Amino acid sequence: MNKTVLGIAISIISLLVTLAAVAGGQALIEQRIGGRGWKVLTVVLLLGASAAGILIDVPRLPIVNESIRNLFFHVPMWFAMIMVLLVSVWYSILYLRNPSAQLDILSHEAAKSGIVLGLLGLATGSLWAKYTWGAWWTPDPRLNAAAVAMLIYGAYLVLRGSLRDEQQRARVSAIYNIFAFAAAIPLLFILPRISGNSLHPGQTGNPGFNKYDLDSTMRMVFYPAVIGWILFAFWMTQVSSRLAFLQLKLDEK
Amino acid sequence: MPLLREISTLLAKDFRLEWRQRAALGGLLLYVGSTVFVCFLSFSLRGGTPPPPAWNALLWVILLFAAINAVAKGFMQESPGQRLYYYTLVRPQAIILAKMLYNALLLVAVGLLGLFLYTVFLGNPIQDAPLFVGNLLLGSVGFATTLTLVSGIAAKAGGNGATLMAVLGFPLMVPMLLLLIKVSKNALDGLDRSVSQQSLLTLLALNMLVGAVSYLLFPFLWRG
Repeated sequence: MNKTVLGIAISIISLLVTLAAVAGGQALIEQRIGGRGWKVLTVVLLLGASAAGILIDVPRLPIVNESIRNLFFHVPMWFAMIMVLLVSVWYSILYLRNPSAQLDILSHEAAKSGIVLGLLGLATGSLWAKYTWGAWWTPDPRLNAAAVAMLIYGAYLVLRGSLRDEQQRARVSAIYNIFAFAAAIPLLFILPRISGNSLHPGQTGNPGFNKYDLDSTMRMVFYPAVIGWILFAFWMTQVSSRLAFLQLKLDEK
Repeated sequence: MPLLREISTLLAKDFRLEWRQRAALGGLLLYVGSTVFVCFLSFSLRGGTPPPPAWNALLWVILLFAAINAVAKGFMQESPGQRLYYYTLVRPQAIILAKMLYNALLLVAVGLLGLFLYTVFLGNPIQDAPLFVGNLLLGSVGFATTLTLVSGIAAKAGGNGATLMAVLGFPLMVPMLLLLIKVSKNALDGLDRSVSQQSLLTLLALNMLVGAVSYLLFPFLWRG
């Protein structure tokens, strides 16, 4: 009984934190808050976490060996992808409520940042799999789910490319963005849990890192890395959407 | 309740249109029949029926492509003028619900017929038939709910609608297909039903989620 209450409380808190992060991310992308300070913080966090990730002492495990350091790169990339895709979906919802060219650009650029981070996550994961599992790609539920996510966002780009009228493109792609996110992304988290037999760390009896991280040193590097990569995703989106705004302004002239 | 009346009128209209243009329906049935027959011919080269995993995979491939073909023409065969006419008469929610219901009924019929032909030609290795058929029905309804909104989106692009529909629809259907194939494998092997319970519940929840999201989003698509 006590355990369920705790579980519900943790879910509610993480939901609130996620929503706050989405709202904060939008404020950063639209340059409403932050100024230059958060970009300095991003650089410090990313450089610091990467350097520490390579240098600190990690638990010695058979097979995994030094490749456990991928935790500081691979996992934060997926976290950042999910965050920036959530931001993209939120912009799509805002667009449907109140259409404007700006919201369409923001949602499109956020989705593109998500795709870049997803591809980086696939690449780092594949590299890790080659040295620990012996193959670049295995038919693991987690890996299949990640591939499906990339296919969905590839389809989103194809859809945008095949619509000519700008307003129609903005509206239809916003609809597909929301529909795809609602239909497929939650399942990407559920599917690996119920299909069993996954080799991926943290799945079906394969311990995640928290089991080996007895003195919490890995955590001290992991969490800053997550925050750094998420901020980096927002930064990337901000720069690319500013470029798109300038192009929009040029086209209007 | 007016919404229900609008839905039933639209549903009757869809059925009447389908019946008047029997070519499309006949084409669909012929498509299922000929793919099953091609499978039969190729497996008969090596002594009759395929092994159960191949049997399962082929059945779902046939059903998936039949579903894409069946649903694709739903919104695309209507002209912009026709759409405007409906827009003035009924609310968009009625249109999407009627279309989903119609596609679900069509795909259930195609699925059952496909399964019948398939078992006639390629043998019947199913050990738990009620579970298999129930899973097939759930799958047909799931295909219909997912593909209806996708076909509406693809119809907006004009021209290469059918290709676009496959591109947009396949990745969305992969998670659903993985669950369906898993449950139908369990039914083929006659495993205990408790093994499939969680997947079935997830499928049901997924169907309801997709239906609800389509219901919410379609009015925005329709407005254009």
